[in-house]
Amino acid sequence: MTELATTPASADATASEHSMQQAINAALRTLLAEDPATLVFGEDVGRLGGVFRVTDGLQAEFGDQRVFDTPLAESGIVGLAVGLAMNGWRPVPELQFDGFAYPAVDQIVNQVARMHYRSRGAAPMPITLRLPSFGGIQAPEHHGESLEALFAHVPGLKVCSPSDPADAYRLLLQSVRADDPVVYLEPKARYWNRSPGALTEPDLPIGASRVVREGRHATLVAWGAMVHHCLRVAEFAAEDGVELEVLDLRWLKPIDTAGLTASVRRTGRVVVVHEAPLTAGLGGEIAALVQEHAFRDLRAPVQRVTGFDVPYPAGPLEPQYLPNADRVLLAVQRTLEF
Amino acid sequence: MHAEKTAQGIETGAGTLAPETLRTLYRHMLAARMLDGEAIALQRQGVFPAYVSLHGQEAAQVGSAAALDPEHDFAFPTYRELAVAVTMGVDLVGYLASHRALWHGGLYDPIASRFSCLNAVVGGPVPHAVGWALGERLRGGPGCAIAYFGDGASSEGDVHEAMNFAGVFGSPVVFFCQNNQWALSVPNSAQVAGGSIAARGAGYGMPGVTVDGQDVVAVFEATRAALERARAGGGPTVIEALTYRVNPHSTSDDAGRYRDPAEELRWRERDPLLLMRRALERDKHANADFFTDVEDRVRAECVRVRDEVSVLPPPDGSDMFAHVYREPTEELRRQHRVWRDEVEQ
Repeated sequence: MTELATTPASADATASEHSMQQAINAALRTLLAEDPATLVFGEDVGRLGGVFRVTDGLQAEFGDQRVFDTPLAESGIVGLAVGLAMNGWRPVPELQFDGFAYPAVDQIVNQVARMHYRSRGAAPMPITLRLPSFGGIQAPEHHGESLEALFAHVPGLKVCSPSDPADAYRLLLQSVRADDPVVYLEPKARYWNRSPGALTEPDLPIGASRVVREGRHATLVAWGAMVHHCLRVAEFAAEDGVELEVLDLRWLKPIDTAGLTASVRRTGRVVVVHEAPLTAGLGGEIAALVQEHAFRDLRAPVQRVTGFDVPYPAGPLEPQYLPNADRVLLAVQRTLEF
Repeated sequence: MHAEKTAQGIETGAGTLAPETLRTLYRHMLAARMLDGEAIALQRQGVFPAYVSLHGQEAAQVGSAAALDPEHDFAFPTYRELAVAVTMGVDLVGYLASHRALWHGGLYDPIASRFSCLNAVVGGPVPHAVGWALGERLRGGPGCAIAYFGDGASSEGDVHEAMNFAGVFGSPVVFFCQNNQWALSVPNSAQVAGGSIAARGAGYGMPGVTVDGQDVVAVFEATRAALERARAGGGPTVIEALTYRVNPHSTSDDAGRYRDPAEELRWRERDPLLLMRRALERDKHANADFFTDVEDRVRAECVRVRDEVSVLPPPDGSDMFAHVYREPTEELRRQHRVWRDEVEQ
């Protein structure tokens, strides 16, 4: 046992500093403890505790029947989850890295997302697919991808991404307890950053965004690691007297249209920031929602600051690919000067 | 070249099964054959947009499904397993509703039926069977899973991943391949490297059994042995039933473009119903009255199913929205309202 909570009740009382890796570990521990149907499996999640140690100690605590290693085959892992769900289990598979979800896309799109529909509700798929995601750690190819637009496009899936440890805890509890399949995108660049905050029960409904910094001049919309990035940008802007609101979208499907619209009503200007390539990225969806729901509140076109339409680049080029502070500030300037 | 594979197949009807069981197997095969014929007719009449016939594969399907424990086991079909559905007692009107294009997965309850939804991604359901079987073992339950797939699907990566998973986990699952010689237009020789799907079991640490897929008793015995082994903790088995897809791949297909009709004729001589009938007569397990009676009863049942599936109401458009999620999103509710306002009327 560690100092981390094992039950929701005691988790509520745990007000201390955590990294996201620890918070997700604590959430898995809570989930395994509260529901004997919950299973954690994937490549290297057992004895090793996962390549990011997110599942550290879980096999020792809950046994190798409930936390187990699988062979190295992503489609098989997700297909296994489908069959387990059909036999009454609540699977929480991990795919080791974002880019390795591609071999499992058939099972995710054709099976996980549709089995409930295909069976007219007879076969629910309470599967939460944990996917270490996004870039920023100078990793090899296929270790820095952003798949949120791909999965958000698939009917039947829900998609979320936490930005800080406490929210990672809440979102994972919510995802796993939900009876619909959720793709849970973990911003691996934020795994090790510690921040204060109690690990508490979910307090917002599925699909809710949250304002993590209030401002009146423009709204930065982001998720995952880009939220922290936008908070830094907001600090810089504040030095020049520009007050930026930062909206942590949290859920990428469903998107919080009401929260988005409310923020636009306050600020009249929107900059969407994401790591994924521009074209057909979620920035386009968000821009469309904003103009549909808050057209008269907009004082400038929605700006998008995103990765470029190129394959995710190798280490030294990563900072030139990811939206940097200057690009976000330039977009803010464009929207303010429009 | 393919007929040779079964030329040495034993006469059917051997073994130690009770006469009553043998007659039941025959009745299931006959029901599947007749219903298959009705389905083809319904396609010709425009009631079904398309249909995939299982004609010729009745023994492989009935023999394997009859070996299952109907209380505890679970089958994962692709889309040509009508005779498995017949044998397992699946609601056949609900099953054929899929071919009437009323709902892709059919209108039967797959969990209650212990027969998963029809699945057009051949190979895709095979890892589901492994997951189901693993879950059964974790729970300490007695059930086994059976995964149906064909010689074409045996090329899918998912089948290989599933076999490896099952081998590693020792899961109680039977990989049941109906090698019907043709994956749409591609023959075994251009599909199955090494020539044997059963032989692949060795690579995944499990027994591989080749069985005469026209011999319902042989299939039954092979499947029963594999299930007994799995139930006792012995792990998975792959069974390759050598059979033949007598009809084209689907009602949209033209087999004359790729295969010799003489081959079809050769296989028709080993028609599984014909072989079974001969064996029943030879062993005096059934007389003329039995065959007359069973045909009458099966025909009446097929007519009922045909008539009922033909008059099923079309699905309500609301169904599109009803089953996407357990907990629908606000956005989907909005789109449902759009449908109601702008489409339904």
